Amino acid sequence: MRPFAYEAPSSIATAVDLLAQGGERARPLAGGTDLLVQLRLGLREVDWLIDIKRIPELRHISYDPNEGLVVGAAVTCAELGEHPDVRRHYPGLWDGAGIIGGPAIQGRATLGGNLCNAAPSGDSIPAMIVLGATCTIAGLQGTRRVPVEAFCIAPHRTVLRPGELLVSLHFPPPQARTGACYLRFTPRAEMDIAVAGAAAWVCLSEDYRRIEAARIALSAVAPTPLLVHSASAALAGQVADERCLAEAARLAQEACQPIADVRGGIAQRRHLVGVLVKRALRGAIQRAKGELPHD
Amino acid sequence: MTERVRVSAVINGEPVEFLCEPRQSLLECLRDILGLTGTKEGCNDGNCGACSVLLNGRLVNSCLVLGVEIQGQEVTTIEGLAHWDGLNLLQQAFVAEDALQCGYCTPGMIIAAKALLDREPNPSDERIRAWLAGNLCRCTGYDKIIRAVRSAAAALATPRQEVSK
Repeated sequence: MRPFAYEAPSSIATAVDLLAQGGERARPLAGGTDLLVQLRLGLREVDWLIDIKRIPELRHISYDPNEGLVVGAAVTCAELGEHPDVRRHYPGLWDGAGIIGGPAIQGRATLGGNLCNAAPSGDSIPAMIVLGATCTIAGLQGTRRVPVEAFCIAPHRTVLRPGELLVSLHFPPPQARTGACYLRFTPRAEMDIAVAGAAAWVCLSEDYRRIEAARIALSAVAPTPLLVHSASAALAGQVADERCLAEAARLAQEACQPIADVRGGIAQRRHLVGVLVKRALRGAIQRAKGELPHD
Repeated sequence: MTERVRVSAVINGEPVEFLCEPRQSLLECLRDILGLTGTKEGCNDGNCGACSVLLNGRLVNSCLVLGVEIQGQEVTTIEGLAHWDGLNLLQQAFVAEDALQCGYCTPGMIIAAKALLDREPNPSDERIRAWLAGNLCRCTGYDKIIRAVRSAAAALATPRQEVSK
C-alpha cells in the first residue's frame, strides 16, 4: 500500500477543513472494509485518510416517531442492527444493511460507507432509496441535502465534491400501512455480493386492498443502484394482486441495464430482477399489513 | 518512508505503546511490531477471517483496520484468551473435539466463536454456522468446529467450580 498521512479529527468542521486541504487526494475513512482493500489493490490512491469515527455526530443514531431516523455516516451495520427502533420501524433498511459481509465486516462497515463506496451492488442503497432517505452533506460552504437516489452517479462515483463529507442519513418517520423489503440473490447466504437485488416500499389504502404509492429500486443491474420510476408509478392506485406485481416486475426488467460479469449474465440478472421485484413487493405488502416478522 | 505515529492502546489487558506507519494494518502491527503472531494473515482483504480479533469486544478483521485506528482502544487477540493455568474453555473444546487440522484458521475461528458466545451464550447450530461465515477452513469441513463451539457453550453454561482445574 502506498504511504499516506492519517488524521482523526473530532469535529465536522475540522474534518471538512482537512478534506478541503487534501482535495482529490484526501478521502474520509469510515469502516474501511471497502476503502482499505481498494488502497491495497491500488484501485484508489490517497495522500490523506481522514478518519471520521471520532466525530460524535457521525457516530450517533436517533429515532423520533415524528422526526424519523437519523443515522450518522460512521455508524456500523452491527450498531444499526442492535438499535431496537431500527429493527422495529425500518426492517426494510435492516434487510439490506444486515446482509453486508459477515459478522466481522458488520462490526466495521458503515451505512455511510456503503453509500459512499457507490458500488452498483451496495446492498443497503436500494432500501435507503425506497424509504426516501436523504443525505446530509457538510462542506466549506455549509450543509446541503441530497436524496439517496441521486447520490450515486457512476460505479464508485458520487455527487460528493472534494472537501465534502457525508454527515448522516435521514429516514422519514414510518407511516401507517407502509412497508419495505429488500432481497438479493447470491450463491452464498453470507459473505457474498449481490448478483441482483430489489427493494420495494408500498403504502396501502385504508382497506389494505390497493397500493396507494410504491417505490421500487434495484441493485447490481445498472451502473448505480436504480430507482425504477416506471414500476413505481404503475403500482400507484392498483389492487395489490399478482397481476399488478407481475406488471411492476416487467417494467423493472425493462428499466434495468445489467452487464455480464463473474457473478452473473445479462439474461440471468434480468430474470432475477423479475423474481426479486415480485418477492420484495410481497414482503413489503405483508409488512404494511403487519403480517411479516420484522426480521 | 512516511513518518511513523505513536499509538497507545490496550492489548490483551496490557497497556501497549508502539510506532507504526499509517498505512500499516492492525494485523501487521500485531505480528511484525508487537510479536503477537497468533493472529494469522490469510487473504488480507476481509474474506477469510484468519486475522479476526476483538476491537472493544467487537469482532473485526485486523487486516481491515489500520494500526493507527486503535489509538485509545482495546484489542483482544488469541494470545489474550489462555490463562496462566492453561487454555480457556473454547480453546479446550477445539482440542477435545479435534476441531482443527492444519490450525491456520483456528485463532480466527476461536476469536469469532468467542465474540458469538460473549453475546449469545446458547446459539443454535444454524446460528453458529451463520456467525462463522466469515471464517474459512480448508481442512475440517466445519462440522467439528461447530461441535466445538456447541460444546464450549455447554461448558460455559456449567457452574464455574465444576469445570475449573
